[in-house]
Amino acid sequence: MNGTHSLTPGMSFFTRNKRRMHKYGIIIAFFVLCLIVALIGEYQVSQGAWSSNYFLSNENMLIVLRQVSINGILAIGMTFVIITAGVDLSVGSVLALSGIVAARFATTNAGLSIGDTATAVMVPMIIALGIGIVCGLINGTILARYRLQPFIVTMGMLSAARGLTMLTTGGNPVSQLNSDFRWLGNGYMAGIPLPVIIFLVLFGLAWLLLNKTIFGRYVYAVGGNPKSARTSGINVVRIKVLVYTLCAALAGIAGLILTARTGSAQTNAGAGYELDAIAAVVIGGTSMAGGVGTLVGTLFGVLIIGVMNNGLDLLGVQSYYQQIIKGALIVVAVLLDPSRKQQRD
Amino acid sequence: MTRDPQTRQPAYLLEVTGVHKAFGPVVALKNAEFCLRRGSIHALCGGNGAGKSTFLSILMGFIRPDGGDIFINGERCEFHHPKEALKAGVAIVQQELSAIPDLTVAENIWLGREPKRFGFVDFTTLNQRTTALLKELDFQISATEKMRNLSVAEQQLVEIAKALSHANADIIIMDEPTSAIGEEDAQKIFQTIKRLAEKGKGIIYVSHRLSEIFQIADSYTIFRDGAYINEGFIADITREQLIEYIIGGEYDSEFAKFNQPGDEVMMEVSNLRWRHKIKDISLHLKRGEILGIYGLIGSGRSEFLDLVFGVQHADSGTIRLGEKTLDRHSPKESIDCGIAYVTEDRKETGLVLCRSVSENINISSFNDISRAGFINEKREQERAKEMIARFNVKTPDGEQIVGNLSGGNQQKVVLGRWALLDPDVLLLDEPTRGIDVGAKKEIYRFMSEFALKNKGIIMVSSELAEIIGMSDRILVFRDGQIAGELSAADATQAELMKLAV
Repeated sequence: MNGTHSLTPGMSFFTRNKRRMHKYGIIIAFFVLCLIVALIGEYQVSQGAWSSNYFLSNENMLIVLRQVSINGILAIGMTFVIITAGVDLSVGSVLALSGIVAARFATTNAGLSIGDTATAVMVPMIIALGIGIVCGLINGTILARYRLQPFIVTMGMLSAARGLTMLTTGGNPVSQLNSDFRWLGNGYMAGIPLPVIIFLVLFGLAWLLLNKTIFGRYVYAVGGNPKSARTSGINVVRIKVLVYTLCAALAGIAGLILTARTGSAQTNAGAGYELDAIAAVVIGGTSMAGGVGTLVGTLFGVLIIGVMNNGLDLLGVQSYYQQIIKGALIVVAVLLDPSRKQQRD
Repeated sequence: MTRDPQTRQPAYLLEVTGVHKAFGPVVALKNAEFCLRRGSIHALCGGNGAGKSTFLSILMGFIRPDGGDIFINGERCEFHHPKEALKAGVAIVQQELSAIPDLTVAENIWLGREPKRFGFVDFTTLNQRTTALLKELDFQISATEKMRNLSVAEQQLVEIAKALSHANADIIIMDEPTSAIGEEDAQKIFQTIKRLAEKGKGIIYVSHRLSEIFQIADSYTIFRDGAYINEGFIADITREQLIEYIIGGEYDSEFAKFNQPGDEVMMEVSNLRWRHKIKDISLHLKRGEILGIYGLIGSGRSEFLDLVFGVQHADSGTIRLGEKTLDRHSPKESIDCGIAYVTEDRKETGLVLCRSVSENINISSFNDISRAGFINEKREQERAKEMIARFNVKTPDGEQIVGNLSGGNQQKVVLGRWALLDPDVLLLDEPTRGIDVGAKKEIYRFMSEFALKNKGIIMVSSELAEIIGMSDRILVFRDGQIAGELSAADATQAELMKLAV
């Protein structure tokens, strides 16, 4: 029947334009934000407040990138989790636990016969990664096998991992870290801060994983409709376990870098970071309902939050106001997202 | 067919002339004509994409037409909102059940319109009103029963009651009211529809099941490609003519069956048991055979396919496929053994609606086009294109979101997915539900071609004509057991029904 397609092309006309808008909308929003901050800076320069527009300086841009790299690494994993229609509330706590345990192997008197830079960096890194993986395996296995709400299971891990962090050091921070280890957070490579490089490399790998591999396709399918995914021959439990493991492993790396950067591991590190990561993913257009979302969106979500924090700092806006503005931004971003399912009542 | 408004016959309850509607550049409906008399059951026929949905949406006030007139009882109407259509007497019985399971029948019917006393719901009046309404309709349903405890057919009856609860509902639209229920329950609904017509209501009946149309409708209107084609009395038209009007071409036969069953048994199921739903089922499937399973809802027919495919695990019994024995197997293992399963509900358990056509086609066979986990995207697109062409899927491209396609095209996407895997055994559960005549035939042709390659099909269907027309052998399920076996050549509809109930 030739007429069968009469409605479909029209729909595709709209959805395709919507898709395109969705793809570039977030990028446009980011540049508009940068433009606004830059214009305000120019205005202040013209008023003689500053001699130059600091926001646009190379130095500031690198600072922004370095500031966002921790949230960026968390948001990569969170994107995978949210695409499977889940959420991981435990990343902040896992970050702290990995950071503090790794730090104990990175103090100047760690007791390890650390010979060279490589081991000084590798041992804590493997430990942080290992702790992340274990936490993620526990999250994923429990919630996938017993079909529990990810919100509940990861909230349990949020509390448990934080408790374990305190227990490890009796509530004390771990400091006096060796300089080789601190290089991970403070070093530069080709003039670019190391955390930024690590973030971008991880982002690239994650992008390949999500867009070019079978695993990536399965992640979308599991989030879009787990029942259909199962009858299509996908091992849904396995995909979920892997996704939560990946997310927590990335939290482990984030913990490592944060510790190296601040030069000490605090027991309350990363508290509330899960919310920033979720915010970045959601601003980036990933649907909490699952099955839809992109890492590029998340990247710009992370950058928008970073530039906004930075811009408001430079403009001297009080941090209380910053929180209010950030809250409004999250809701407005989702409200304006053209890819949002157009469902009424 | 244009009519002068001056000479309009007042006998029409509803008269629609020259209605058209475009979405962007796409014309969904051009010059729609429709006349409904009081006391008539009027079938609205057409394939998927014929413009039926657009037409109904306009009648119900969900979308506004670009032009044309709607007259109700001779009075020109313009609906800006669904509420206005309801007020004018147009009510719909939704195709998909929208009941809230934990509320009572009464609460569901009057949702948002509950009688109130001092700001609280007046349950006494609410239940009295509902009981009166159900009694008037002669429905044996209690007003205070929770929806959860009703059968699907009873829930459908409640939907009808809900449509009629609007004080002056004169025009009742029934959009595939039987698509979710079995033949026996459908009869109950038909009786209700006939009674409503006797009371002087006008019924617009939409269904892809032609047998139903010939059973209950008295007149028809056909749309094709968004345009009005023809109207008349059912008594004056044959099934073949109706199909020709709907598909707009020569009609040869409704089914396309050209396979021949062989002798070699390829799959054998013995003494399968599962909870209280499946009680000792044994059967076999031969190479080249289409085995039909007929049964009412609750007979265990769908559960049986779930067990074979490994969606559920049997409590006891064996499933043998060639030399392999399947036990506590996952769907993935079934697929690896060469079994494919087209589930009853493609939206719920078949497709990932928010993803693309291409992804849905390739999803089960990525291993064939990948190296070290990385997908060869060129092959992925080629394979999607190949299946889109082979099954004649109406989609602009493989990147289209599958949820935007019509039901028939969605079903073809599911078939395309399994065709890529080249399975040996195909399990089909209601393969043509909600699919128009043209697309149905394409699916039948695929089934025959598949069986012709010395492979086997087990098909569950509640459409008697389809079971008889396509199967080589028919098993009737009743209460989780096999109530009888018939060869398709000898089977009659009456015999199948007798065994099933």
